Amino acid sequence: MSNADAGPGASPPWAAAARAVALFAIDPVGLHGVSLRSLAGPARDRWLALLRDYLPEGAPLRRVPNHITDSRLLGGLDLAATLRTGKPVAERGLLVEADGGVVVLAMAERLTTGTAGRIGGVLDRAEVQLERDGLGLRSATRIGVVALDEGLNEDEFPPIALTDRFAFLLDLANVTESDLAVPAIPPETIAAARARLESVTLSDELLSAICSAALAFGVAPVRASVLAIKAARAAAALAGHETVTQEDAAAAVSLVLAPRATILPSAEPPDEEPPPPEEPPPEDSSEPEPPPETPEEQEDADSIDPKELEEMMIAIAQATIPDKLLAQLRDGKAVRARAQSSNGGRSGAAKKKGRRGRPSATRAGEPTANTRLNLIETLRAAAPWQPIRRQEAAREGRTTTLVEVRRSDFRCTHFKQRSETTTIFVVDASGSAALQRLAEAKGAVELLLADCYVRRDSVALVAFRGKTAEVLLPPTRSLVRAKRSLAGLPGGGGTPLASAIDTAAMVATGCRDRSQTPVLVFLTDGQGNIARDGTPGRPQAEKDAIESAQALRVAGFATMLIDTARRPQAMAQKLAAEMGAKYLLLPYADAHAMSKAVRATTAESAAAEGRLKG
Amino acid sequence: MRVVFPFSAIVGQEEMKLALLVGAVSPTVGGVLVLGDRGTGKSTAVRALATLLPKMAVVSGCRYACDPTSDPKNCVEGCHARHGVDGQPPETALVPVPVVDLPLGATEDRVVGALDLERALTQGVKAFEPGLLARANRGFLYIDEVNLLEDHLIDVLLDVAASGENVVEREGISIRHPARFVLVGSGNPEEGELRPQLLDRFGLSVEIRTPTDLASRIEVVRRRDAFDRDPQAFVAAWAAEDAKIGQLILDARARLPKIDVSDAVLEQASKLCMLLGTDGLRGELTLLRTARAVAALDGADEVTAEHIRRVAPSALRHRLRRNVLDDSGSTVRIERALQEVFGE
Repeated sequence: MSNADAGPGASPPWAAAARAVALFAIDPVGLHGVSLRSLAGPARDRWLALLRDYLPEGAPLRRVPNHITDSRLLGGLDLAATLRTGKPVAERGLLVEADGGVVVLAMAERLTTGTAGRIGGVLDRAEVQLERDGLGLRSATRIGVVALDEGLNEDEFPPIALTDRFAFLLDLANVTESDLAVPAIPPETIAAARARLESVTLSDELLSAICSAALAFGVAPVRASVLAIKAARAAAALAGHETVTQEDAAAAVSLVLAPRATILPSAEPPDEEPPPPEEPPPEDSSEPEPPPETPEEQEDADSIDPKELEEMMIAIAQATIPDKLLAQLRDGKAVRARAQSSNGGRSGAAKKKGRRGRPSATRAGEPTANTRLNLIETLRAAAPWQPIRRQEAAREGRTTTLVEVRRSDFRCTHFKQRSETTTIFVVDASGSAALQRLAEAKGAVELLLADCYVRRDSVALVAFRGKTAEVLLPPTRSLVRAKRSLAGLPGGGGTPLASAIDTAAMVATGCRDRSQTPVLVFLTDGQGNIARDGTPGRPQAEKDAIESAQALRVAGFATMLIDTARRPQAMAQKLAAEMGAKYLLLPYADAHAMSKAVRATTAESAAAEGRLKG
Repeated sequence: MRVVFPFSAIVGQEEMKLALLVGAVSPTVGGVLVLGDRGTGKSTAVRALATLLPKMAVVSGCRYACDPTSDPKNCVEGCHARHGVDGQPPETALVPVPVVDLPLGATEDRVVGALDLERALTQGVKAFEPGLLARANRGFLYIDEVNLLEDHLIDVLLDVAASGENVVEREGISIRHPARFVLVGSGNPEEGELRPQLLDRFGLSVEIRTPTDLASRIEVVRRRDAFDRDPQAFVAAWAAEDAKIGQLILDARARLPKIDVSDAVLEQASKLCMLLGTDGLRGELTLLRTARAVAALDGADEVTAEHIRRVAPSALRHRLRRNVLDDSGSTVRIERALQEVFGE
């Protein structure tokens, strides 16, 4: 198997990608989708061209832009036709139009969670259920989805709600130039495999082996196992087998399960860290390699016992885990970091919200810069008047249009503009006071989160100790996630203050990029003793911290520094001044006082932001 | 009709299945919220439930599915006109219990109902076109990813779910119609929190996890695979099991009014709620109603302490005042309180 499929000489990432596109084209509906992480370029173009070639003649391949509206995506009222005919005409959404084919989501990492949820629902049900604009329709929508993921950072990826349903998570980052010249499987082979797919059978032993492989890799969602089974069938169809063989199953495990691994099969899962229930797609760089050449003896192994079967499968798949993921898996900490950032697509969602606000109400009046004409509601307002207006027009000798709309009918959708505030806690976890401070900071974070739903705010947490600062909780609104990351936060060690300020500034800049308003809250006594480069030494550490603080001030974020020392510390005060931060002495830093103070600062900064915008 | 995965073929997830059955037996319990990991069969279970519910009698032609035995004055549709002049019963029809999906992208006019655009444009008639709330009357309203639902839709739901009546005042239409439904919501708590008011509208809240033991995982995958390969055959194979559950619901409904609750059990329930500090009386009420429904499903004559124990987590876990500084989850706190009240 493996390389032969992608032609001789293909590099591992491309071999996997080429194999995945073939399997996906055989059963796009069953395999649901592919997440393709890559910037625009020849590799991605080649992959998409292959997909085009492989799909049956005439199967739709539709591109979905990121800014698509729900009415275009799912369907709605066709306004032009409605006006022309004088009665409601439904317009088919893009997903329904793509029935029997594949939709390609452009810039999927910017997709809103809402849109992702809708597409996910359509995948589950294989139909679009429309309840909009006075229409209630169900239309069959048997589609596969390709999500083009152009995320660069580790925290940029398509919403998990979507990728969780996809069979393949590919990364084309390491595809080489020469790969693209490698001859691919001819489309006829794919068509033949598709015809064969229905009749491919799967033994119960292999089904069990795939399930245990999923457990061994710590892939919690059962959905992934179901997808692996479908991939195994597609692989068998491609190879011309009537029954799924071990190598088909192993290929499926490598392509579907290995990229989602959260633990190494050989190692016991770390006790203190239960495996996260879901996995983001593999991050950049390396990529599932194709399974290594399968040893000859497996060919005759139909009578192999289940345990061996499972082990063999795991061994093959394990060899295909990307190096980077492998390194992270060996280091329990990194897995946690990945789990935390499991909320892809949030960036897109937040940005859209900030810009447009949430639609609040539809009111009479002419459209302005801040409102948008709502055509459906306008038509509704105009409808009862039609007979009268026609008579009126007839009296005045005007020709009438099908729908007589007057200025007074205009209805506009208003949006509530409210910039989301993100409070970033930067907590000094060093030294002896760490435990108390951390506990209270955790409390404050959770108190703020408890009413965040109403205020639409999010919270992030950066902790610093030892040599560097670490983003423990990327901006989130979910209490569940926050609690999970806050549990078992360690304390003690040096005080890398400069690194902390830099990290916090980075998180804050990220928030601002997503048009949120960041508010930074430092909890420290200001006694930095680790320089930016991680070396100990107070003078250099202080110098670095002051430099970072000055840089932070230039960025102009709303900042506050809570001095956690017993009595005011000159260094903390100086640092606050350099940062342009509000200084607050709160020796016992209790959670309630802290959240109150933070709330006051957030309100101020939101008001300031409002003035700027207004 | 689209083939859905049979209810009886769902592996494990007993708490969720029980909560849904309770909702079917006793609508007064007030809905079910299913929170849990992605891909654990939340929506599958709800859709499956729809197929095994016994049919219900309605006034034929009524767009609000009025109960023929109810007071016709309550119906705006003109059900009273369908009743004979001398109080004769109206014509009735047997229809499936509606399980209405409220999709995330739904617009407000489709949910509450709006002016019938077609009739208004073509005939100049001001007519009301009922929305999803009307369709869900006497049935189930299901919201997948309820925590992603837009705020203005939640506002509408909160009001209607509490009053059992949908009041529409828009485009010159002024109408009120019955909208009593069992609200079923599902979602993944990692994607956002639910507004406390909405949480409170759900009678039961169940937590659902991905199974971790190999045997049941294999069974899930095996059944799912069999269903995907040949839905019709799979549904046929499970039809008998599904029918059994349908009968169970019918029997339980018949038994429900006769279920007794002893004073001792009442007292224990109160004590439990007090200990947990649940807000208001709703918790206690839901606890007892749920316990009665479970007793009815069990074929018992009266509610026992065991029934209370069984349903307490689902009935109470979303009503605890959230103590953010207490890390232990609601379920753990309920377990502790149960130990204290019932001992071990």
